Amino acid sequence: MNTAARTLPPKRVITTKPRFSDKVFRAVVTSGGFSSLVILGLISIFLLINGLNTFKSEGFKFITGFEWYGPQLDAGLPAQYGIGAMLYGTIVIGLIALFFGFPIAVGAALFLSYYAPEWLKKPMVLVVDVMAAIPSIVFGLWGYFILMPHAEYWAKLIHKYLGFIPIFDMPAPAFSRSPFIAGLVLAIMILPIITSISREIFAQTPLDRIQAAYALGATKWSMIKSVVFPYGRGGVIGGAMLGLGRAIGETVAVYTVLNIVYDINIEVLLSAGGSVASMIVNKFGEASPEEVKALMAAGFVLFLVTLFINFLADLIINRTARKG
Amino acid sequence: MSTIKGVEKMSQPNPVNSLASVAASRPQHVDSKHVAGTGLEARNIHAWFGDKHVIDDVTLDFYPGTVTALIGPSGCGKSTFIRILNRMHEFIPTAAMAGEVLLEGTDIYKSGTDVTKIRLGIGMVFQKPNPFPSMTIKENVLSGLKLAQLKVANQSELLESCLIRAGLWNEVKDRLDEYGGALSGGQQQRLCIARSLAVSPQVLLMDEPCSALDPGSTLRIEETIRELSASMTIVIVTHNMQQAARVSDRTGFFLSDGGPGRLIECSTTSEIFSNPKDKRTEDYVTGRFG
Repeated sequence: MNTAARTLPPKRVITTKPRFSDKVFRAVVTSGGFSSLVILGLISIFLLINGLNTFKSEGFKFITGFEWYGPQLDAGLPAQYGIGAMLYGTIVIGLIALFFGFPIAVGAALFLSYYAPEWLKKPMVLVVDVMAAIPSIVFGLWGYFILMPHAEYWAKLIHKYLGFIPIFDMPAPAFSRSPFIAGLVLAIMILPIITSISREIFAQTPLDRIQAAYALGATKWSMIKSVVFPYGRGGVIGGAMLGLGRAIGETVAVYTVLNIVYDINIEVLLSAGGSVASMIVNKFGEASPEEVKALMAAGFVLFLVTLFINFLADLIINRTARKG
Repeated sequence: MSTIKGVEKMSQPNPVNSLASVAASRPQHVDSKHVAGTGLEARNIHAWFGDKHVIDDVTLDFYPGTVTALIGPSGCGKSTFIRILNRMHEFIPTAAMAGEVLLEGTDIYKSGTDVTKIRLGIGMVFQKPNPFPSMTIKENVLSGLKLAQLKVANQSELLESCLIRAGLWNEVKDRLDEYGGALSGGQQQRLCIARSLAVSPQVLLMDEPCSALDPGSTLRIEETIRELSASMTIVIVTHNMQQAARVSDRTGFFLSDGGPGRLIECSTTSEIFSNPKDKRTEDYVTGRFG
């Protein structure tokens, strides 16, 4: 064939000479961009190095064990560091927070997108955003002094009528500072992020699909079910995951309203729960240097868990955004 | 003078005459007198967006079993007008209207009317094909039943008849469970027509249904419109005068002189293209402006 004999010209290297101002701006932006990566990397390395000894000495028991105490010299026992119960507790209160927070947040987002009168929209969006800026200790104090007395009463009702379900059973009448109450406080704390992400996704629903649904005789609710939800599903789930990430990492508010017990209790109304982040705060003040390193190891595990959840959330948001 | 004019006509086809011959080449619509209380009747329609008056006193009857084309330059209010006909106008926050729209004699804006029932009787096909991407072809056609909470005894029969009437059955009958987005633009638009038919409207409004489509798909949809017109009232907004000539029985010409849009005249399509009463209509259909 002729074409085989043909020699094609070499591919040219296409370059451009940036101006000085471009170079400066590029350097500034690049260092800004990389700094967050570097900081994240340094923090995780710091936690990993400090926690390494604990990981080595405890092994897999660090994740599965329930015991947490320093070396007991008089009894001649070595230290035991295990965050199994705390990890379990973290997930439980995270799920309780989602159970209550998610429907409220999605409902609020729907209201803001499709039902609220125009004059109410802007102030309400602002209020939701301001909620995200409230310091978590404020939520903790409010939860302890205002919410808890009511929540105890609700817990008693739940126990009275649904007590036959094992998770609502009560071995002892101690209703305060339970995972249920911590989950309620967290539910309120994760409202803003889920609401604002859901609202943004709902607002992007293509108008032509909404109109197509209405032109077929849809009611508002059937339009939302058939058009808005399928379009926004991924974003809303992603928002819920980000909320879960926040709930899992939350420290002070949970510490205020949760009684930390180093054991797994399936009874969520009982005043005994766990949370990795709150445990670290709880132990940090009086920890020996060795125990501090164990706490850092716990921090590293928590960091990995939140990283994983946020990564998952990102994945879900992006995947569905492209499909949109 | 007259000989010169005749020569011009021979060498250069006059757009009025070519469109008129297109309109005349179709089986002629018998322009029976409109029977009050049938089809769709717009009475003294005005429309506003905020303080801007965009439609001024349009009264127009759409006869049953007839295709009525609405033509006119951009911004003359014809799209706003067609959206008033099935109460899609009110979705725009500042939109207001005055006048009456009678569907078989009943005002669709009467207070206490269930607007979802109105839209079931007056379907709409939009400019851009908009099948629901999360639904299969089958689900798309039947989506109106779900959206309006209707029950139908034989869904597969309805599915087939709607797709046949929309001229899409042969192309999709083996792939009903594929997603609607996999179809070509023209097929998607016919899917949207099939979807509108499934809730059996008496009136079908089409807002420039072919402006996003290639000529082949356009012709295919025009055939579909002709076939549907036997059984329903069709209103089509179009920028394309050839399309109006090809597909419609009656044509209404809208025009805005910078202020609100008005209906200049409405008559049989052959009349509008061969013998318009108003000078402005003639100027528009001969391509002197617009």
